[in-house]
Amino acid sequence: MKLRQISIFLENQAGRMAEVTGILGRAGVNIRAIALADTADFGIIRLIVDKTDKALEVLKNEGITVKETQVVAVEIPDRPGALAAILNILGKAGINVEYLYGFLDRVEDRAIMVFRFEDPDQALGILTKEGYQALNGSRVHSM
Amino acid sequence: MECLPRHELQALQLRRLQDLIRRADAQVPYYQRVFRDAGIHPEDIRSLDDLQRLPFTTKDDVRTYSMTEMMAVSMDRVVRLHASSGTTGHPTVVAYTRNDLDLWSDLVARIIRAGGVGPSDILQVAFGYGLFTGGFGLHYGAEKIGAAVIPASSGNTLRQIELMRAMKATALVCTPSYALHIADFLEKEGVKPGKDIHLRFGLFGGEPWSENMRREIEAGLGISATDNYGLSEIIGPGVSGECPVKNGLHISEDHFLAEVIDPDTGQSKAIGEEGELVLTALTKEALPVIRYRTRDICRLIPDPCSCGRTTVRMTKVQGRNDDMLIVRGVNVFPSQIEEILLEVEGVQPFYQIILGRKEALDTIEVQVEVRGEVFSDEMKGMRALEEKLRQRLHTALGISVKITLVEHRTLERAIGKSKRVIDNRNF
Repeated sequence: MKLRQISIFLENQAGRMAEVTGILGRAGVNIRAIALADTADFGIIRLIVDKTDKALEVLKNEGITVKETQVVAVEIPDRPGALAAILNILGKAGINVEYLYGFLDRVEDRAIMVFRFEDPDQALGILTKEGYQALNGSRVHSM
Repeated sequence: MECLPRHELQALQLRRLQDLIRRADAQVPYYQRVFRDAGIHPEDIRSLDDLQRLPFTTKDDVRTYSMTEMMAVSMDRVVRLHASSGTTGHPTVVAYTRNDLDLWSDLVARIIRAGGVGPSDILQVAFGYGLFTGGFGLHYGAEKIGAAVIPASSGNTLRQIELMRAMKATALVCTPSYALHIADFLEKEGVKPGKDIHLRFGLFGGEPWSENMRREIEAGLGISATDNYGLSEIIGPGVSGECPVKNGLHISEDHFLAEVIDPDTGQSKAIGEEGELVLTALTKEALPVIRYRTRDICRLIPDPCSCGRTTVRMTKVQGRNDDMLIVRGVNVFPSQIEEILLEVEGVQPFYQIILGRKEALDTIEVQVEVRGEVFSDEMKGMRALEEKLRQRLHTALGISVKITLVEHRTLERAIGKSKRVIDNRNF
């Protein structure tokens, strides 16, 4: 129930983000979700895309430093307090969240949270037990 | 000694050279081997020109062979060790006997006197005290002439200024760029030279500087600024220094033979032509050095100086003929940086070294390309990489380095080889 995520190393420079997303656009890769972490000098872009292999290929061909990582996507209700609720469960269980970001499902009335865990299997076990549903890869990539 | 007639000086040099070659041949395993391979016998040295028959000694020779192979005395006679940067992680270690330290103090005393400083002066040493020979060298030289020494050591500009104000320092010892930094600081803080501080002389060395910088420093601190030169492999500071005429640095020729060579062919150049300075330490006990290639580019000035000293002068160092960088007076080889990047990253690194000046002080930035092998998807991983590189470089080089992580392939590459160093400093 893990999801393929693409991480890209970028210098913090005007226009650089446009160039990189442009490469994906020209290759017909559609971005499902995106999150950015940055410092004054550099940033890390994390992407969920519809065609992960294609995206990796075109980015590598452009000499861009890119890495595939495994994340967990969990469906939560789209209402106030929903994120706090799931984070409380993880916190009580002592599960460390490296980072997270979210996006909304256009069709169904729900939010999808993407988590990067130190130990994804342990986290998945706890979340499943609490009634959360982790989305499988093909479902999210093609959303 | 400094005003000896030339023919007397040369006779003394020849006697000392012959003695040096005899000592090296009898006591230094490294030179025994070198002489044997070159078919040289001590009795072959009959004139100063015969020096040219001897092979050069390079920094790599001094570093590669163990200290005992380079030494002419046993360790029980050694009383001090210093070290300078090597091209890789191993520093070049230099040893001194008691007599060597006395000689060193005498030589530094000469340049201090030549720079105008006397027994009634109070001399603040803002060179680092440690393995670097600058701090201790100037310290003992100043004590030798009877000046009062403030061993301030390097850094902390505000404290330096408080010290020179409180202790009424009349002379300052540091790198020229640090002197300029202090001058800028005084101006910013509204401290008036001549009123709040009472410096009269500055003795600067450890890095190249220009006449332009001299004018700025002299105006900013209200002092007479002189240049001095030396290197650990030869003895440290005290090899040469300027007199009040400020037209070249007088080499203490009774202890050092100076030649200028073509760095590519190794052929001697006519006196007055620019080339690489080669030095022979005639009188050092622990580590005799014969024809040491300094890699410093300069000219020799043979004409008599109006100060009355008869010793030959060298121009200010015009540059280097290797890739050594001098950052805040510290010698840095790009290969040292590369070695650490390779160690931390585990792959051949792509990097660029960028030198600049901020508030008259040198800055060094190392831009490192982030490639797949070291790229972490987590910010803390990237921060840890930056921090590790910063700490390792600081430990190895002794100066703080700014690390900038850059994208793969962003650094300029010329035909498969990147331009390693960009120096934006104005001297």
